[in-house]
Amino acid sequence: MSTEERETVTGSGGAPAGVAEAESPAAGGPTGGGQPPRVRRTPLPLALLRNSWRQLTSMRTALILLFLLALAAIPGSVLPQRNINIENVNRYAAEHPDLFPILDRVGGFDVYASPWFSAIYVLLFTSLVGCIVPRLRDHARALRAAPPPAPKRLDRLPRHAVLTDSDGDLARIAAVLRKRRWRVVVRGDTVSAEKGYLKETGNLLFHFSLIGVLLGIGLGSWYGWHGNRLLVAGPDNAFCNTLQQYAESKLGHRVDGSDLPPFCLELTDFTASFLPTGQPSSFRATTLVEQGDRAPYRASFSVNDPLRLDGASVYLLGHGYAPILRYTDRNGESLESDEAFLTIDGNLTSEGVAAFPDVNLDPVTGARNPDLQVAFEGLYFPTAPDAPPFVSSTYPAERSPAVMLFAYRGNLGLDAGIPGSVYRLDQRQVSSGKLKQIGEGKLLRPGEKWTLDDGTSVEFVGTRQYVTISVRYDPGERIVLISSVLLLLGLMSSLFGRRRRVWFRLSPAPADATTTGRSSLVEVGGLPRTEYAGFADEFDRLVAATRPDGVPGDDVPRPGGARPDGATEEGTD
Amino acid sequence: MAALSDQLLVVAILGYLLAMICHAVEYAFGTRSVIGRAAARPERERVLVGAGVGAAGGSGSVDEPAPVAGTKLPGTDAPVRSAGARSPRAVLAGRAAVALTVLAAVLHLAVLTTRGIAAERMPWGNMYEYLLSVTFVGVVGWLVLLYRRATLRHLGLFVTLAMVLLLAVAGLVLYVPIVPLVPALDSYWFVVHVATIATSSGILLLGAVPAVMYLIRHGYDQGKRSFPYSLGARVPAADTLERLTFRLHAFAFPLFTFAVMAGAVWAEAAWGRYWGWDPKEIWAFISWVVYAGYLHARATPSVKRPVATWIAVLGFLTMQMNLYGVNIFFEGLHSYGGLD
Ligand code: HEM
Repeated sequence: MSTEERETVTGSGGAPAGVAEAESPAAGGPTGGGQPPRVRRTPLPLALLRNSWRQLTSMRTALILLFLLALAAIPGSVLPQRNINIENVNRYAAEHPDLFPILDRVGGFDVYASPWFSAIYVLLFTSLVGCIVPRLRDHARALRAAPPPAPKRLDRLPRHAVLTDSDGDLARIAAVLRKRRWRVVVRGDTVSAEKGYLKETGNLLFHFSLIGVLLGIGLGSWYGWHGNRLLVAGPDNAFCNTLQQYAESKLGHRVDGSDLPPFCLELTDFTASFLPTGQPSSFRATTLVEQGDRAPYRASFSVNDPLRLDGASVYLLGHGYAPILRYTDRNGESLESDEAFLTIDGNLTSEGVAAFPDVNLDPVTGARNPDLQVAFEGLYFPTAPDAPPFVSSTYPAERSPAVMLFAYRGNLGLDAGIPGSVYRLDQRQVSSGKLKQIGEGKLLRPGEKWTLDDGTSVEFVGTRQYVTISVRYDPGERIVLISSVLLLLGLMSSLFGRRRRVWFRLSPAPADATTTGRSSLVEVGGLPRTEYAGFADEFDRLVAATRPDGVPGDDVPRPGGARPDGATEEGTD
Repeated sequence: MAALSDQLLVVAILGYLLAMICHAVEYAFGTRSVIGRAAARPERERVLVGAGVGAAGGSGSVDEPAPVAGTKLPGTDAPVRSAGARSPRAVLAGRAAVALTVLAAVLHLAVLTTRGIAAERMPWGNMYEYLLSVTFVGVVGWLVLLYRRATLRHLGLFVTLAMVLLLAVAGLVLYVPIVPLVPALDSYWFVVHVATIATSSGILLLGAVPAVMYLIRHGYDQGKRSFPYSLGARVPAADTLERLTFRLHAFAFPLFTFAVMAGAVWAEAAWGRYWGWDPKEIWAFISWVVYAGYLHARATPSVKRPVATWIAVLGFLTMQMNLYGVNIFFEGLHSYGGLD
């Protein structure tokens, strides 16, 4: 890439390291100052296009886009996001009725899928491709090319040394260098060597892996899906993997309901253990899995230890209790409800509703009587307090379970088709008087029965455990993982790799040199192409190793200044 | 054990505070000529000068100049001119400051160890413990740096100031009694994740010190003399600071990248998705992008070094946002709640 070369050139020219040079003026600069703009032959639109492309693929643009990406990510942490927590979004909408529609229109609640966020990363990755593909080409060429010829004056390079007692055997020097894994070429009286191609290889690997990560994410969002639901223990509550079975689900753009892999899951057992303080210490859910031709088998999973099925994984998100309530109506018919109650605190106080819309039917016609529907709203305490008030549980495990029930009779309003909470009664029905509370609340322990004013009764039979699970499939995961590992390897090679060059040049020994007969003068120059503090040491060791005996002596090399006058005395120490 | 840990924290903070005072004393008595110049010039410049001189007339070896009494930094000839100008009281105060920092760091380690023993797990279970770990990594990193480059000692004032402030925040704002880990945090990957995040955060935290000092020194070199820049008189040369900033960031960035990846692996097992734009994740992403921008900017020839360094400082601010801001302002899965 021209920018890098440019910096190197300035560096070797003797300017202090790291002097920032303007990027190549060709990169998007306006046409030259003095000349009339019409001198160019390229048609304007094409020139414009080319210029914008150059502009886009410049590192400076990449930097601005990176900055914008960081900036654009911020709103997602401030505003609730639909794909993370829809309830929070709804609450926000209720609390800020004026602001919400405006923010919603600009994608404030779907930041990471919003057009502006996408625009930034699409531009960034376009820039990335435009930047690294030419770099890849250049690098491939550099990998095949021989190290460049030596500059005229080796003493102008950052490192320089003169060997006065060398045997002048360049082939041997080249061999030493090769052994140290330098890429070497001998041209006439010079040896050129270069090392550290891994840096650029790593850089390219890093940037290409970024593309891999993006592709993996894209693949996941196209072909992945997930569904969340609650699963109460017991064979009657088993579910099979179809879209309708999920309370909340999301399919990738290229997935439809028929693509979900078939399997059925029954929660057979759930155990949670708690510390004396009530803090949970472990969970484990055991399920009966039916998938494909295999006989149903037992499998258990936990937090941090999902259940891996063919084409999907099941994650444990939460748990709670579903009280079993048996209602016996005026006709003596008994119905059972095991609706899950929503946990509302750390001690698993749970609230919920058991609705019995199909009770007290007309004994003759079997028709529903809309005024005799029954529902119980209440709280469940895995460990009820010893004395009133019965408002919250004192421990999350079932030490002395009890339900506090409030009975209602009347029209439950279920036919209206208005979706409501399954954990609360429809308050409109209550306030309009269509649904009336019967008596006061009553605390029931397991096995206890409460007979209502009309002779019907409700019994608290016991509880079942439930779990909330997320069933997910993400085909891009593996690609993202592999790309990330490569990304990291590339990043490290790039950051810690060092490209450097050395040259050895044989020159006729000066007449007054106090050298032994066989020796000739070898000049050595070294150029670190990237910042590399240890280069001086490496250079010295390298120079020492290329001496005829190959052992670093303590008198040679004489790094640093060239000695045109042939002075051989030791440098002051 | 838990109470011991809490008491040790107070002593450790006191230790850092004393170290800070000693640094301040050294700072006050130190003479500008020494401190301001006791820094390496850029390698290449030095070598080129040497080579030039050598070519012209033949001088001694330039790559390892003679060590000068009283200055420990190899590779510079500047202090020669100003050697001997330093007050012995300042030197004494500086040495005392370092000794106190070491002592405080030992106490700091003891705070963590006792806390870990009391909780029967690694002390990373909540923000309080986490911040203690991060700052510990930071101070160890600082001492290692100091060992290798004694001339950086003057930065100690800022390091100890940061330690006092951060530990005080930890103790006053984030403190929570010991509780065991909730099941969601009970994972091998979680340990890897938190250990690497804490280490890389510690180093990035430390990296911000030379970054800010560089900006101050750079402004000072440009002739600015108003308040923050006036401090520039007493810090190492701009170039040294800038390279130190880069080294620390270049070391910490891949580690931070790995830590985020380990977190993603853990998140996949715990929540079913490797990335979910939870506030902590969002800010880690932001920090990552900003630090990537810093490394990028530094490799871009048309971006000046101070601009690049400002990006590093910005990265530091985003890290702080993640350390405190997110825990305080937003609710998310990372609020160390786990299942409820
Ligand atoms: C997806 C966004 C990008 C990220 C996260 C990113 C990140 C990085 C990082 C962290 C570095 C420093 C570490 C290293 O040397 O490998 C770097 C270097 C580099 N990037 Fe990027 N980059 C991105 C896009 C781009 C684009 C669009 C270009 C081209 C315009 C580009 C060109 C370069 C070059 C030339 C270097 C290395 C310079 C050198 O060390 O000689 N990058 N990038």
